[in-house]
Amino acid sequence: MNPVNYLYLSALLFTIGASGVLIRRNAIVLFMCVELMLNASNLALVTFSRLHGNLDGQIIAFFTMVVAAAEVVVGLAIIVSIFRSRHSASVDDSNLMKL
Amino acid sequence: MNSLIPLLVAAPLLGATLLLLGGRLFDRYGHWLGTALAATSFGLGLALFSDMLGRDAEHRSVSQYLYTWIEVGDFKADVAFQLDQLSVTFVLLITGVGTLIHIYSMGYMAHDPRRRRFFAYLNLFLAAMLLLVLADNYLLLYAGWEGVGLASYLLIGFWQHKPSAAVAAKKAFLVNRVGDLGLSIAIMLMFVEFGDFTFSGVFGAADQASEGKLTAIALMLLLAACGKSAQVPLQSWLGDAMEGPTPVSALIHAATMVTAGVYLITRSSVIFNLAPDAQTVVVVVGAVTLLFGAIVGCAKDDIKKALAGSTMSQIGYMVLAAGLGPIGYAFAIMHLVTHGFFKAGLFLGAGSVMHGMNDEVNMRHYGGLRKYMPVTFVTFGLGYLAIIGFPGLSGFFSKDQIIEAAFAKGGTEGWILGVCTLVGAAVTAFYMTRVMLLTFFGEKRWQTDDEGHEPHPHESPAVMTLPMVVLAFGSVFAGGLFAWNESFVDWLEPVTGLAHGDSPLNATTVTLLTSVCVLAGVLLSWLMYGRSSVPVVPPVGSLLTRAARRDLLQDDFNHAVLVRPGSALAASLVYLDSKAVDGFVNGLAAAIGGISGRLRRIQTGYVRTYALSMFGGTLVLVATTLLMRSV
Repeated sequence: MNPVNYLYLSALLFTIGASGVLIRRNAIVLFMCVELMLNASNLALVTFSRLHGNLDGQIIAFFTMVVAAAEVVVGLAIIVSIFRSRHSASVDDSNLMKL
Repeated sequence: MNSLIPLLVAAPLLGATLLLLGGRLFDRYGHWLGTALAATSFGLGLALFSDMLGRDAEHRSVSQYLYTWIEVGDFKADVAFQLDQLSVTFVLLITGVGTLIHIYSMGYMAHDPRRRRFFAYLNLFLAAMLLLVLADNYLLLYAGWEGVGLASYLLIGFWQHKPSAAVAAKKAFLVNRVGDLGLSIAIMLMFVEFGDFTFSGVFGAADQASEGKLTAIALMLLLAACGKSAQVPLQSWLGDAMEGPTPVSALIHAATMVTAGVYLITRSSVIFNLAPDAQTVVVVVGAVTLLFGAIVGCAKDDIKKALAGSTMSQIGYMVLAAGLGPIGYAFAIMHLVTHGFFKAGLFLGAGSVMHGMNDEVNMRHYGGLRKYMPVTFVTFGLGYLAIIGFPGLSGFFSKDQIIEAAFAKGGTEGWILGVCTLVGAAVTAFYMTRVMLLTFFGEKRWQTDDEGHEPHPHESPAVMTLPMVVLAFGSVFAGGLFAWNESFVDWLEPVTGLAHGDSPLNATTVTLLTSVCVLAGVLLSWLMYGRSSVPVVPPVGSLLTRAARRDLLQDDFNHAVLVRPGSALAASLVYLDSKAVDGFVNGLAAAIGGISGRLRRIQTGYVRTYALSMFGGTLVLVATTLLMRSV
């Protein structure tokens, strides 16, 4: 199969993730959309690795997964503590930082 | 012997320090200490004088180095004293009259609760004045110059609970500052031009400097002299300075401090001799002040202010003589010394009269006092005869010489100056006779004061009359002594130089003319105030009289020309500051605040807004990268 199709898929997934981040209010969903974007970029990296015939892309994909795992740990902790104090997971409610 | 010179200054300085720092410890006998130290200084002065008499004329000037005051790189200022014929004359006048006035003050200030402070200030004045005349360089002279200004300020405002005294002190200080500015500029000019400000250094190099620079220095020195000696245009403070206690008026504002300007001009004779234009200005200032003071003296009813006008006028004579150059210096100093005697005596007499009359100063409320105050009457009378130039008394010799020297200036200038001095002599005779007649003759016009005290005029205690008697002796004999064999002129000749101008009139004619003028003045005064009775309330008077009562509008002039434009300038500067400078700063702050307020709206606090801006940023970055690649 033409590897370019994978890139199309990757772009599609990234777009879905990005629009999710911009549109949805629920912090969990937002989070999942961020994961979707990360994985879309992973897919693109692996595809490029295949296209170029070297392992650079795959190595970077591993890095991305590690970063994503760390981000999930920190992000989920923040979301849980926000939910505990405000009884809501909506990101629009957490706008106290503006003056 | 020379090592005694610093002690001259140190003795009164010690007195001032002890009396000021000692506090109440000295309240009971502080006046004795102050007087004793003034007398010590006088004794030292006499010793140094007799020592100087023992040497021949070339070796009479001695100097004494004390210590280096300031040393920075090449710049070096010493505290060093120079005692020559001119300064020893001043030392004797200052300490002699000073001691007498200390003694007089013991009686005059006996009931003042702040007597100790008064004597401290008097001692401070003596120290500063001696420093002024003994300094061997202009910088040290300047220190003394400022010192006497300070002492004058403190003493004019001694009765500071009276607003008029406080204001007068401030006025004297401020007007003097203008003159002091002149002296400091003169010293700076000297330093730039000669790299030195010792008398020997400056005078030695003076003939190599250009005339323009010397004229500038001389004019600045003249400005200083005008401030200190109350000469036109800086004369306005002297009349108000009479708010101070009378001994102060006698010592500082008649006999010594106000003559510092004449000392400065005479001391700087080398510079003035090389700057004829400046000399002309000096002469004009002297002539104008001489007439100005005399006219003011004629109209004043306040006995001290009448005498203050007279002081101004007599110093005008001295400045005029000093401006004549070598033909006049010695006579200026001679008149200065005799004036020191008779004017101090007159002021002490006025103080004695005020003492007996419940501090009344209005001469229209005096009258007929000669029977009640015989000693005061006789001493005042002798002072009066001396100042109008009665033949044989001090003023006759010294003033006559100045008039002669004025004619000897030569040409039209000489005639104008001569006539000015003659008119001055006539007016002097007029106003002094007026003071005499209003105070001691005529019927009693005594007034009960506001608190219902009737005046009971009485002779002052011996401690006050004694100095008056001594000064009266000086008023009578000093002039004759000085004129004897021209001893005084010969004495000063090594310092001031001497020249004889060719006068268009011979000496006898001048003397005759002067006597006629004096006689006319006395006669006119007698017609106005002696023959007819004097009204208690002054008549309205002519335009000139009314102007003269207001000091010939000097304050109105200063107010219109200096004060009002000055306050207008200040007000406009304040307006400029609050509107333009503050306005700019405040406007800037408001603009930044406003912009920030609008920019703040960008921060919504919604995550998606930030996410969108991050996307936007990334897009821009990617687009730019691609664009750069394709180009």
